[in-house]
Amino acid sequence: MDRRATFWMLYLPPLLWLGAFFLIPLLLMFAFSFRPDMRGDFFQLWQPALNQYEKLFSTGSYWRLLWTSAQMALLISISAVVLSFPIAYFLGFHGKQRVGFYLVLLLVPFWTSYLLRVMAWKIMLGTEGVINSFLMYANLTHEPLTALLYNRNAVVLTLVYVWIPFATLPILAALQRIDVSLFEAAADLGARPLHQFLRITVPLSLPGVLAAFFMVFIPTVGEYVTPLLVGGSRGSMYGNIIQDFFTKAANWPFGSAMSMVMLMGTLILVLIATRLINLKDLLE
Amino acid sequence: MTTFRNSFPLKSYFFGLIALLYLPIVVLFLFSINSNTFLSFPLQGFTFDWYQKLFASEALLRSARNSLVVALGSSLTATLMGTMVALLMMRYQFRSKGLLVAMAVLPLIVPYIVLAVALFLLFSVLNIDRSLLTVGIAHTVVALPYVLLIVGARLAGFDASVEEAAMDLGADYPTTLRRIVLPMIAPAMVSAWLTAFTVSFDEFALALFLAGTQPTFPVYLYGQLRFANRLPIMIALAVLMMIGTLTLVLIAERVRRVE
Repeated sequence: MDRRATFWMLYLPPLLWLGAFFLIPLLLMFAFSFRPDMRGDFFQLWQPALNQYEKLFSTGSYWRLLWTSAQMALLISISAVVLSFPIAYFLGFHGKQRVGFYLVLLLVPFWTSYLLRVMAWKIMLGTEGVINSFLMYANLTHEPLTALLYNRNAVVLTLVYVWIPFATLPILAALQRIDVSLFEAAADLGARPLHQFLRITVPLSLPGVLAAFFMVFIPTVGEYVTPLLVGGSRGSMYGNIIQDFFTKAANWPFGSAMSMVMLMGTLILVLIATRLINLKDLLE
Repeated sequence: MTTFRNSFPLKSYFFGLIALLYLPIVVLFLFSINSNTFLSFPLQGFTFDWYQKLFASEALLRSARNSLVVALGSSLTATLMGTMVALLMMRYQFRSKGLLVAMAVLPLIVPYIVLAVALFLLFSVLNIDRSLLTVGIAHTVVALPYVLLIVGARLAGFDASVEEAAMDLGADYPTTLRRIVLPMIAPAMVSAWLTAFTVSFDEFALALFLAGTQPTFPVYLYGQLRFANRLPIMIALAVLMMIGTLTLVLIAERVRRVE
Protein backbone atom coordinates (compact mmCIF):
# COMPACT_ATOMS: atom_id res chain seq x y z
CA MET A 1 0.00 0.00 0.00
CA ASP A 2 1.51 3.28 -1.03
CA ARG A 3 1.22 6.88 -0.07
CA ARG A 4 -1.72 7.36 -2.41
CA ALA A 5 -3.84 4.63 -0.81
CA THR A 6 -2.96 5.93 2.64
CA PHE A 7 -4.14 9.34 1.51
CA TRP A 8 -7.65 8.07 0.87
CA MET A 9 -7.71 6.27 4.20
CA LEU A 10 -6.78 9.47 5.97
CA TYR A 11 -8.94 11.68 3.79
CA LEU A 12 -12.33 10.03 3.51
CA PRO A 13 -13.38 9.53 7.17
CA PRO A 14 -12.90 13.13 8.34
CA LEU A 15 -14.25 14.52 5.07
CA LEU A 16 -17.43 12.45 5.34
CA TRP A 17 -17.82 13.12 9.07
CA LEU A 18 -17.37 16.87 8.84
CA GLY A 19 -19.43 16.99 5.67
CA ALA A 20 -22.32 15.13 7.25
CA PHE A 21 -22.25 16.75 10.68
CA PHE A 22 -20.90 20.22 10.04
CA LEU A 23 -21.28 21.38 6.44
CA ILE A 24 -24.61 19.74 5.55
CA PRO A 25 -26.37 20.87 8.76
CA LEU A 26 -25.32 24.46 8.08
CA LEU A 27 -26.49 24.19 4.46
CA LEU A 28 -29.75 22.68 5.69
CA MET A 29 -30.20 25.62 8.05
CA PHE A 30 -29.50 27.94 5.12
CA ALA A 31 -32.18 26.17 3.08
CA PHE A 32 -34.61 26.20 5.97
CA SER A 33 -34.29 29.95 6.34
CA PHE A 34 -35.92 30.27 2.91
CA ARG A 35 -38.88 28.12 3.86
CA PRO A 36 -42.07 30.19 3.95
CA ASP A 37 -43.63 28.42 6.95
CA MET A 38 -43.66 25.28 9.10
CA ARG A 39 -46.47 23.60 7.14
CA GLY A 40 -45.89 20.35 5.30
CA ASP A 41 -43.54 17.44 5.60
CA PHE A 42 -39.79 17.86 6.07
CA PHE A 43 -39.01 16.19 2.79
CA GLN A 44 -41.62 18.08 0.87
CA LEU A 45 -39.79 20.62 -1.22
CA TRP A 46 -40.70 24.19 -0.67
CA GLN A 47 -40.78 27.22 -2.90
CA PRO A 48 -37.89 29.37 -1.64
CA ALA A 49 -39.26 32.53 -0.11
CA LEU A 50 -37.67 35.54 1.46
CA ASN A 51 -40.47 36.23 3.92
CA GLN A 52 -38.48 35.13 7.01
CA TYR A 53 -35.73 37.59 6.18
CA GLU A 54 -38.28 40.27 5.35
CA LYS A 55 -39.86 39.82 8.75
CA LEU A 56 -36.48 39.80 10.43
CA PHE A 57 -35.25 42.93 8.67
CA SER A 58 -38.49 44.84 9.11
CA THR A 59 -39.02 44.09 12.79
CA GLY A 60 -37.12 46.61 14.82
CA SER A 61 -36.98 44.61 18.02
CA TYR A 62 -34.77 41.87 16.52
CA TRP A 63 -32.31 44.41 15.20
CA ARG A 64 -32.29 46.23 18.51
CA LEU A 65 -31.55 42.98 20.32
CA LEU A 66 -28.74 42.13 17.89
CA TRP A 67 -27.36 45.64 18.36
CA THR A 68 -27.69 45.36 22.15
CA SER A 69 -25.91 41.98 22.08
CA ALA A 70 -23.12 43.49 19.98
CA GLN A 71 -22.84 46.43 22.40
CA MET A 72 -22.70 44.05 25.36
CA ALA A 73 -20.04 41.99 23.62
CA LEU A 74 -18.11 45.19 22.89
CA LEU A 75 -18.28 46.30 26.51
CA ILE A 76 -17.30 42.82 27.70
CA SER A 77 -14.36 42.42 25.36
CA ILE A 78 -12.99 45.93 25.95
CA SER A 79 -13.27 45.46 29.73
CA ALA A 80 -11.62 42.06 29.54
CA VAL A 81 -8.75 43.43 27.44
CA VAL A 82 -8.22 46.50 29.63
CA LEU A 83 -8.29 44.42 32.82
CA SER A 84 -5.97 41.75 31.46
CA PHE A 85 -3.37 44.07 29.93
CA PRO A 86 -1.70 44.85 33.30
CA ILE A 87 -1.72 41.12 34.09
CA ALA A 88 0.03 40.31 30.83
CA TYR A 89 2.44 43.17 31.47
CA PHE A 90 3.22 41.89 34.93
CA LEU A 91 3.73 38.33 33.68
CA GLY A 92 5.78 39.44 30.71
CA PHE A 93 8.12 41.90 32.39
CA HIS A 94 8.01 41.21 36.13
CA GLY A 95 7.16 37.50 36.28
CA LYS A 96 10.84 36.52 36.07
CA GLN A 97 11.45 32.82 36.67
CA ARG A 98 8.05 32.31 38.30
CA VAL A 99 6.06 33.28 35.23
CA GLY A 100 5.10 29.66 34.54
CA PHE A 101 3.65 29.23 38.01
CA TYR A 102 1.79 32.57 37.84
CA LEU A 103 0.35 31.60 34.50
CA VAL A 104 -1.00 28.29 35.82
CA LEU A 105 -2.45 30.17 38.80
CA LEU A 106 -4.27 32.47 36.39
CA LEU A 107 -5.47 29.72 34.08
CA VAL A 108 -6.75 27.22 36.65
CA PRO A 109 -10.13 29.01 37.05
CA PHE A 110 -10.38 29.18 33.28
CA TRP A 111 -9.84 25.43 32.99
CA THR A 112 -12.70 24.56 35.32
CA SER A 113 -16.10 24.10 33.76
CA TYR A 114 -17.60 27.16 32.13
CA LEU A 115 -21.12 26.27 33.26
CA LEU A 116 -19.97 25.85 36.85
CA ARG A 117 -18.21 29.21 36.95
CA VAL A 118 -21.32 30.90 35.59
CA MET A 119 -23.40 28.96 38.11
CA ALA A 120 -21.07 30.12 40.88
CA TRP A 121 -21.87 33.72 39.95
CA LYS A 122 -25.59 32.98 39.96
CA ILE A 123 -25.23 31.72 43.51
CA MET A 124 -23.11 34.71 44.46
CA LEU A 125 -25.43 37.36 43.01
CA GLY A 126 -28.93 36.05 43.86
CA THR A 127 -31.40 37.77 46.23
CA GLU A 128 -30.74 35.02 48.75
CA GLY A 129 -27.28 34.66 47.40
CA VAL A 130 -23.89 34.85 48.98
CA ILE A 131 -23.16 38.55 48.45
CA ASN A 132 -26.54 39.64 49.79
CA SER A 133 -26.47 37.37 52.79
CA PHE A 134 -22.95 38.50 53.55
CA LEU A 135 -23.92 42.18 53.30
CA MET A 136 -26.89 41.60 55.61
CA TYR A 137 -24.84 39.51 58.02
CA ALA A 138 -22.23 42.26 58.17
CA ASN A 139 -25.06 44.77 58.73
CA LEU A 140 -24.11 46.75 55.68
CA THR A 141 -27.62 46.55 54.31
CA HIS A 142 -31.00 45.46 55.67
CA GLU A 143 -32.83 44.69 52.47
CA PRO A 144 -31.34 42.26 49.94
CA LEU A 145 -30.15 43.99 46.78
CA THR A 146 -32.29 42.70 43.92
CA ALA A 147 -30.39 44.59 41.26
CA LEU A 148 -27.50 42.12 41.29
CA LEU A 149 -28.98 39.23 39.34
CA TYR A 150 -31.17 38.83 36.24
CA ASN A 151 -30.14 41.83 34.22
CA ARG A 152 -27.60 42.78 31.59
CA ASN A 153 -25.04 43.97 34.15
CA ALA A 154 -24.94 40.50 35.69
CA VAL A 155 -24.27 39.02 32.25
CA VAL A 156 -21.51 41.54 31.55
CA LEU A 157 -19.87 41.03 34.95
CA THR A 158 -19.97 37.23 34.67
CA LEU A 159 -18.59 37.15 31.15
CA VAL A 160 -15.77 39.60 31.89
CA TYR A 161 -14.85 37.36 34.80
CA VAL A 162 -14.93 34.28 32.58
CA TRP A 163 -12.80 35.85 29.82
CA ILE A 164 -10.01 37.64 31.71
CA PRO A 165 -7.56 34.70 31.85
CA PHE A 166 -8.23 33.91 28.20
CA ALA A 167 -7.68 37.51 27.05
CA THR A 168 -4.35 37.64 28.88
CA LEU A 169 -2.74 34.94 26.70
CA PRO A 170 -2.47 36.69 23.31
CA ILE A 171 -1.39 39.97 24.95
CA LEU A 172 1.31 38.12 26.88
CA ALA A 173 2.44 36.39 23.68
CA ALA A 174 2.83 39.79 21.98
CA LEU A 175 4.68 41.34 24.94
CA GLN A 176 7.10 38.42 25.15
CA ARG A 177 8.07 38.98 21.53
CA ILE A 178 9.26 42.52 22.18
CA ASP A 179 13.01 42.77 21.86
CA VAL A 180 14.26 44.07 25.23
CA SER A 181 17.18 45.87 23.60
CA LEU A 182 14.65 48.31 22.13
CA PHE A 183 14.10 49.67 25.65
CA GLU A 184 17.83 50.03 26.22
CA ALA A 185 18.24 51.82 22.91
CA ALA A 186 15.35 54.14 23.72
CA ALA A 187 16.76 54.85 27.18
CA ASP A 188 20.21 55.57 25.70
CA LEU A 189 18.59 58.05 23.37
CA GLY A 190 16.95 59.74 26.32
CA ALA A 191 13.37 58.42 26.24
CA ARG A 192 11.67 58.50 29.61
CA PRO A 193 9.86 55.36 30.88
CA LEU A 194 6.39 56.62 30.01
CA HIS A 195 7.59 57.64 26.58
CA GLN A 196 9.11 54.18 26.11
CA PHE A 197 5.86 52.58 27.14
CA LEU A 198 3.79 54.64 24.73
CA ARG A 199 6.19 54.38 21.80
CA ILE A 200 7.44 50.79 22.17
CA THR A 201 5.24 48.65 24.40
CA VAL A 202 1.86 49.87 23.22
CA PRO A 203 2.42 49.68 19.45
CA LEU A 204 4.24 46.35 19.61
CA SER A 205 1.59 44.77 21.84
CA LEU A 206 -1.22 45.92 19.55
CA PRO A 207 -1.51 42.64 17.56
CA GLY A 208 -1.96 40.77 20.85
CA VAL A 209 -4.48 43.28 22.12
CA LEU A 210 -6.49 43.03 18.90
CA ALA A 211 -6.32 39.23 18.96
CA ALA A 212 -7.55 39.22 22.57
CA PHE A 213 -10.37 41.58 21.64
CA PHE A 214 -11.61 39.39 18.79
CA MET A 215 -11.10 36.14 20.71
CA VAL A 216 -13.50 37.47 23.34
CA PHE A 217 -15.86 39.44 21.11
CA ILE A 218 -16.67 36.70 18.59
CA PRO A 219 -17.86 33.99 21.01
CA THR A 220 -19.60 36.56 23.22
CA VAL A 221 -21.95 37.85 20.50
CA GLY A 222 -23.24 34.30 20.07
CA GLU A 223 -23.52 33.64 23.79
CA TYR A 224 -26.77 32.16 25.11
CA VAL A 225 -25.87 30.13 28.19
CA THR A 226 -24.74 32.94 30.49
CA PRO A 227 -27.81 35.08 29.78
CA LEU A 228 -29.94 32.00 30.41
CA LEU A 229 -28.39 31.51 33.87
CA VAL A 230 -27.71 34.99 35.22
CA GLY A 231 -29.48 37.28 32.74
CA GLY A 232 -33.10 36.27 33.13
CA SER A 233 -35.63 37.75 30.71
CA ARG A 234 -34.18 41.26 31.06
CA GLY A 235 -30.68 40.05 30.25
CA SER A 236 -31.53 38.06 27.09
CA MET A 237 -29.21 38.21 24.15
CA TYR A 238 -29.77 37.46 20.46
CA GLY A 239 -28.80 33.80 20.95
CA ASN A 240 -31.57 33.30 23.52
CA ILE A 241 -34.21 34.39 21.01
CA ILE A 242 -32.85 31.89 18.47
CA GLN A 243 -33.17 29.21 21.12
CA ASP A 244 -36.77 30.30 21.83
CA PHE A 245 -37.77 29.96 18.18
CA PHE A 246 -36.63 26.33 18.21
CA THR A 247 -38.05 25.37 21.60
CA LYS A 248 -40.95 27.48 22.86
CA ALA A 249 -42.16 29.14 19.67
CA ALA A 250 -41.36 26.28 17.26
CA ASN A 251 -40.85 28.57 14.27
CA TRP A 252 -37.83 26.87 12.77
CA PRO A 253 -37.64 28.78 9.47
CA PHE A 254 -37.54 32.11 11.29
CA GLY A 255 -35.06 30.76 13.84
CA SER A 256 -32.90 29.56 10.93
CA ALA A 257 -32.97 33.00 9.34
CA MET A 258 -31.91 34.59 12.65
CA SER A 259 -29.21 31.98 12.98
CA MET A 260 -27.95 32.69 9.45
CA VAL A 261 -27.66 36.39 10.25
CA MET A 262 -25.57 35.52 13.31
CA LEU A 263 -23.38 33.10 11.33
CA MET A 264 -22.75 35.67 8.59
CA GLY A 265 -21.97 38.36 11.16
CA THR A 266 -19.48 36.06 12.89
CA LEU A 267 -17.76 35.10 9.64
CA ILE A 268 -17.44 38.75 8.63
CA LEU A 269 -15.89 39.53 12.02
CA VAL A 270 -13.42 36.67 11.60
CA LEU A 271 -12.47 37.95 8.14
CA ILE A 272 -11.86 41.44 9.55
CA ALA A 273 -9.84 39.95 12.41
CA THR A 274 -7.62 37.87 10.14
CA ARG A 275 -7.05 40.95 7.96
CA LEU A 276 -5.90 42.98 10.95
CA ILE A 277 -3.86 40.37 12.74
CA ASN A 278 -1.20 38.04 11.46
CA LEU A 279 -1.89 34.99 13.62
CA LYS A 280 1.47 33.43 12.81
CA ASP A 281 3.16 36.36 14.54
CA LEU A 282 1.53 35.39 17.81
CA LEU A 283 1.81 31.64 17.61
CA GLU A 284 5.55 31.40 17.06
CA MET B 1 14.94 46.78 31.23
CA THR B 2 11.27 47.33 31.87
CA THR B 3 9.45 50.56 31.68
CA PHE B 4 8.02 50.58 35.16
CA ARG B 5 10.70 49.43 37.58
CA ASN B 6 8.50 49.37 40.61
CA SER B 7 6.56 46.14 40.23
CA PHE B 8 4.58 46.46 43.45
CA PRO B 9 1.37 48.02 42.05
CA LEU B 10 1.31 45.51 39.20
CA LYS B 11 1.98 42.65 41.54
CA SER B 12 -0.81 43.66 43.92
CA TYR B 13 -3.16 44.10 40.98
CA PHE B 14 -2.27 40.63 39.74
CA PHE B 15 -2.83 38.97 43.09
CA GLY B 16 -5.99 40.99 43.76
CA LEU B 17 -7.42 39.75 40.50
CA ILE B 18 -6.31 36.20 41.21
CA ALA B 19 -8.17 36.42 44.54
CA LEU B 20 -11.31 37.61 42.73
CA LEU B 21 -11.03 34.81 40.19
CA TYR B 22 -10.83 32.20 42.94
CA LEU B 23 -13.47 33.75 45.18
CA PRO B 24 -16.56 32.11 43.62
CA ILE B 25 -14.77 28.75 43.57
CA VAL B 26 -13.84 29.05 47.25
CA VAL B 27 -17.39 30.11 48.10
CA LEU B 28 -18.76 27.07 46.27
CA PHE B 29 -16.44 24.83 48.21
CA LEU B 30 -17.36 26.41 51.56
CA PHE B 31 -21.07 25.96 50.98
CA SER B 32 -20.59 22.37 49.87
CA ILE B 33 -19.45 21.50 53.41
CA ASN B 34 -21.85 23.84 55.23
CA SER B 35 -24.76 22.14 56.98
CA ASN B 36 -27.44 24.75 56.18
CA THR B 37 -29.62 24.18 53.10
CA PHE B 38 -29.71 27.90 52.38
CA LEU B 39 -26.65 29.46 50.92
CA SER B 40 -26.32 32.27 53.40
CA PHE B 41 -23.93 33.60 55.96
CA PRO B 42 -23.09 32.88 58.72
CA LEU B 43 -21.85 29.38 57.91
CA GLN B 44 -23.63 26.89 60.14
CA GLY B 45 -21.35 23.97 60.65
CA PHE B 46 -19.29 21.38 58.93
CA THR B 47 -20.88 18.44 57.13
CA PHE B 48 -20.17 15.86 54.45
CA ASP B 49 -23.89 15.14 54.07
CA TRP B 50 -24.20 16.78 50.68
CA TYR B 51 -21.47 14.62 49.27
CA GLN B 52 -23.16 11.51 50.69
CA LYS B 53 -26.58 12.47 49.28
CA LEU B 54 -24.87 13.06 45.97
CA PHE B 55 -23.83 9.46 45.65
CA ALA B 56 -27.28 8.27 46.67
CA SER B 57 -29.03 10.02 43.79
CA GLU B 58 -29.90 7.60 41.02
CA ALA B 59 -30.68 10.21 38.35
CA LEU B 60 -27.50 12.07 39.08
CA LEU B 61 -25.29 9.03 38.75
CA ARG B 62 -27.03 8.13 35.52
CA SER B 63 -26.31 11.59 34.10
CA ALA B 64 -22.69 11.24 35.19
CA ARG B 65 -22.48 7.92 33.38
CA ASN B 66 -24.11 9.54 30.30
CA SER B 67 -21.48 12.26 30.26
CA LEU B 68 -18.68 9.74 30.63
CA VAL B 69 -19.97 7.68 27.70
CA VAL B 70 -20.40 10.75 25.50
CA ALA B 71 -17.01 12.20 26.45
CA LEU B 72 -15.19 8.90 25.88
CA GLY B 73 -16.84 8.22 22.53
CA SER B 74 -16.56 11.73 21.16
CA SER B 75 -13.00 12.35 22.37
CA LEU B 76 -11.71 9.11 20.84
CA THR B 77 -13.46 9.83 17.52
CA ALA B 78 -12.27 13.43 17.52
CA THR B 79 -8.69 12.38 18.29
CA LEU B 80 -8.71 9.88 15.43
CA MET B 81 -10.26 12.24 12.88
CA GLY B 82 -8.30 15.28 14.05
CA THR B 83 -5.02 13.39 13.75
CA MET B 84 -5.97 12.31 10.23
CA VAL B 85 -6.63 15.92 9.23
CA ALA B 86 -3.40 17.03 10.92
CA LEU B 87 -1.39 14.46 8.93
CA LEU B 88 -3.05 15.54 5.69
CA MET B 89 -2.50 19.20 6.52
CA MET B 90 1.20 18.86 7.31
CA ARG B 91 2.32 16.07 4.98
CA TYR B 92 0.17 16.14 1.85
CA GLN B 93 -0.63 18.55 -0.94
CA PHE B 94 -4.03 18.17 -2.56
CA ARG B 95 -6.66 20.34 -4.15
CA SER B 96 -9.43 20.18 -1.56
CA LYS B 97 -7.01 20.75 1.33
CA GLY B 98 -8.32 24.26 1.98
CA LEU B 99 -11.89 23.02 2.25
CA LEU B 100 -11.02 20.15 4.59
CA VAL B 101 -8.88 22.27 6.91
CA ALA B 102 -11.52 25.02 6.91
CA MET B 103 -14.24 22.52 7.86
CA ALA B 104 -12.02 21.18 10.64
CA VAL B 105 -11.15 24.60 12.11
CA LEU B 106 -14.42 26.49 11.65
CA PRO B 107 -16.30 24.74 14.50
CA LEU B 108 -14.03 26.79 16.76
CA ILE B 109 -15.54 29.98 15.36
CA VAL B 110 -19.16 29.15 14.53
CA PRO B 111 -21.29 30.09 17.57
CA TYR B 112 -22.47 27.03 19.48
CA ILE B 113 -26.08 28.13 19.22
CA VAL B 114 -25.81 28.15 15.41
CA LEU B 115 -24.24 24.69 15.31
CA ALA B 116 -26.80 23.41 17.82
CA VAL B 117 -29.67 24.69 15.69
CA ALA B 118 -28.17 23.28 12.48
CA LEU B 119 -27.64 19.81 13.97
CA PHE B 120 -31.09 19.95 15.56
CA LEU B 121 -32.55 20.51 12.08
CA LEU B 122 -30.46 17.71 10.56
CA PHE B 123 -31.54 15.16 13.14
CA SER B 124 -35.17 16.26 12.88
CA VAL B 125 -35.16 15.94 9.09
CA LEU B 126 -33.54 12.50 9.28
CA ASN B 127 -36.01 11.51 11.99
CA ILE B 128 -33.21 10.58 14.36
CA ASP B 129 -34.26 10.81 18.00
CA ARG B 130 -32.11 13.07 20.06
CA SER B 131 -29.96 11.00 22.39
CA LEU B 132 -26.46 10.57 23.73
CA LEU B 133 -25.39 9.66 20.20
CA THR B 134 -26.49 13.02 18.79
CA VAL B 135 -24.73 14.87 21.62
CA GLY B 136 -21.61 12.79 20.99
CA ILE B 137 -21.64 13.62 17.28
CA ALA B 138 -21.87 17.35 18.06
CA HIS B 139 -19.03 17.10 20.58
CA THR B 140 -16.82 15.30 18.07
CA VAL B 141 -17.26 18.23 15.68
CA VAL B 142 -16.38 20.90 18.27
CA ALA B 143 -13.46 18.95 19.78
CA LEU B 144 -11.84 18.26 16.41
CA PRO B 145 -10.21 21.71 15.99
CA TYR B 146 -8.42 21.34 19.33
CA VAL B 147 -7.00 17.98 18.27
CA LEU B 148 -5.96 19.39 14.91
CA LEU B 149 -4.14 22.31 16.54
CA ILE B 150 -2.36 20.22 19.18
CA VAL B 151 -1.31 17.35 16.91
CA GLY B 152 -0.59 19.70 13.99
CA ALA B 153 1.77 21.75 16.16
CA ARG B 154 3.65 18.57 17.09
CA LEU B 155 3.91 17.48 13.46
CA ALA B 156 5.22 20.90 12.51
CA GLY B 157 7.82 20.56 15.24
CA PHE B 158 9.68 17.62 13.77
CA ASP B 159 11.43 17.21 10.50
CA ALA B 160 9.74 15.30 7.66
CA SER B 161 13.20 14.12 6.61
CA VAL B 162 13.01 11.43 9.31
CA GLU B 163 10.11 9.93 7.40
CA GLU B 164 11.96 10.25 4.11
CA ALA B 165 14.91 8.43 5.65
CA ALA B 166 12.65 5.57 6.73
CA MET B 167 11.17 5.32 3.23
CA ASP B 168 14.64 5.43 1.64
CA LEU B 169 15.56 2.49 3.83
CA GLY B 170 12.70 0.52 2.33
CA ALA B 171 9.75 1.08 4.65
CA ASP B 172 6.45 1.62 2.85
CA TYR B 173 4.36 4.62 3.86
CA PRO B 174 1.92 2.88 6.24
CA THR B 175 4.87 1.30 8.06
CA THR B 176 6.58 4.68 8.28
CA LEU B 177 3.39 6.15 9.73
CA ARG B 178 3.09 3.38 12.29
CA ARG B 179 6.75 3.05 13.26
CA ILE B 180 8.05 6.61 12.92
CA VAL B 181 5.27 9.19 12.88
CA LEU B 182 2.83 7.71 15.40
CA PRO B 183 5.38 7.25 18.20
CA MET B 184 6.52 10.84 17.67
CA ILE B 185 3.07 12.36 17.84
CA ALA B 186 1.75 10.00 20.52
CA PRO B 187 2.22 12.46 23.44
CA ALA B 188 0.39 15.15 21.47
CA MET B 189 -2.41 12.70 20.70
CA VAL B 190 -2.80 11.83 24.39
CA SER B 191 -2.87 15.52 25.28
CA ALA B 192 -5.37 16.19 22.50
CA TRP B 193 -7.54 13.30 23.64
CA LEU B 194 -7.65 14.60 27.23
CA THR B 195 -8.47 18.08 25.96
CA ALA B 196 -11.26 16.69 23.77
CA PHE B 197 -12.54 14.72 26.75
CA THR B 198 -12.84 17.81 28.97
CA VAL B 199 -14.37 19.85 26.13
CA SER B 200 -17.11 17.25 25.86
CA PHE B 201 -17.54 16.57 29.57
CA ASP B 202 -18.16 20.24 30.39
CA GLU B 203 -20.14 21.12 27.31
CA PHE B 204 -23.62 22.49 27.93
CA ALA B 205 -24.81 24.70 25.06
CA LEU B 206 -24.95 21.90 22.46
CA ALA B 207 -26.02 19.21 24.90
CA LEU B 208 -29.06 21.19 26.05
CA PHE B 209 -30.33 21.23 22.47
CA LEU B 210 -29.40 17.70 21.49
CA ALA B 211 -29.66 15.51 24.60
CA GLY B 212 -33.38 14.74 24.37
CA THR B 213 -34.48 12.61 27.28
CA GLN B 214 -30.99 11.49 28.30
CA PRO B 215 -29.42 14.43 30.12
CA THR B 216 -25.67 14.70 30.37
CA PHE B 217 -24.10 15.90 33.61
CA PRO B 218 -24.20 19.66 32.88
CA VAL B 219 -27.75 19.46 31.49
CA TYR B 220 -28.92 17.59 34.59
CA LEU B 221 -27.18 20.11 36.82
CA TYR B 222 -28.89 22.95 34.99
CA GLY B 223 -32.28 21.29 35.43
CA GLN B 224 -31.72 20.90 39.16
CA LEU B 225 -30.87 24.57 39.74
CA ARG B 226 -34.60 25.32 40.06
CA PHE B 227 -34.89 23.33 43.29
CA ALA B 228 -33.53 25.43 46.13
CA ASN B 229 -33.32 22.56 48.59
CA ARG B 230 -31.15 20.54 46.20
CA LEU B 231 -28.71 23.38 45.70
CA PRO B 232 -26.08 22.31 48.27
CA ILE B 233 -25.96 18.85 46.67
CA MET B 234 -25.47 20.45 43.27
CA ILE B 235 -22.70 22.59 44.69
CA ALA B 236 -20.98 19.54 46.12
CA LEU B 237 -21.30 18.03 42.66
CA ALA B 238 -19.87 21.17 41.11
CA VAL B 239 -16.85 21.00 43.40
CA LEU B 240 -16.20 17.37 42.46
CA MET B 241 -16.58 18.15 38.76
CA MET B 242 -14.17 21.06 39.00
CA ILE B 243 -11.58 18.87 40.70
CA GLY B 244 -12.12 16.16 38.08
CA THR B 245 -11.79 18.30 34.97
CA LEU B 246 -8.93 20.27 36.48
CA THR B 247 -6.98 17.07 37.12
CA LEU B 248 -7.48 16.04 33.51
CA VAL B 249 -6.42 19.42 32.15
CA LEU B 250 -3.30 19.50 34.31
CA ILE B 251 -2.37 15.99 33.15
CA ALA B 252 -2.95 17.06 29.53
CA GLU B 253 -0.66 20.08 30.01
CA ARG B 254 1.99 17.88 31.63
CA VAL B 255 1.88 15.36 28.81
CA ARG B 256 2.12 18.14 26.23
CA ARG B 257 5.16 19.72 27.91
CA VAL B 258 7.07 16.45 28.35
CA GLU B 259 8.69 16.39 24.99
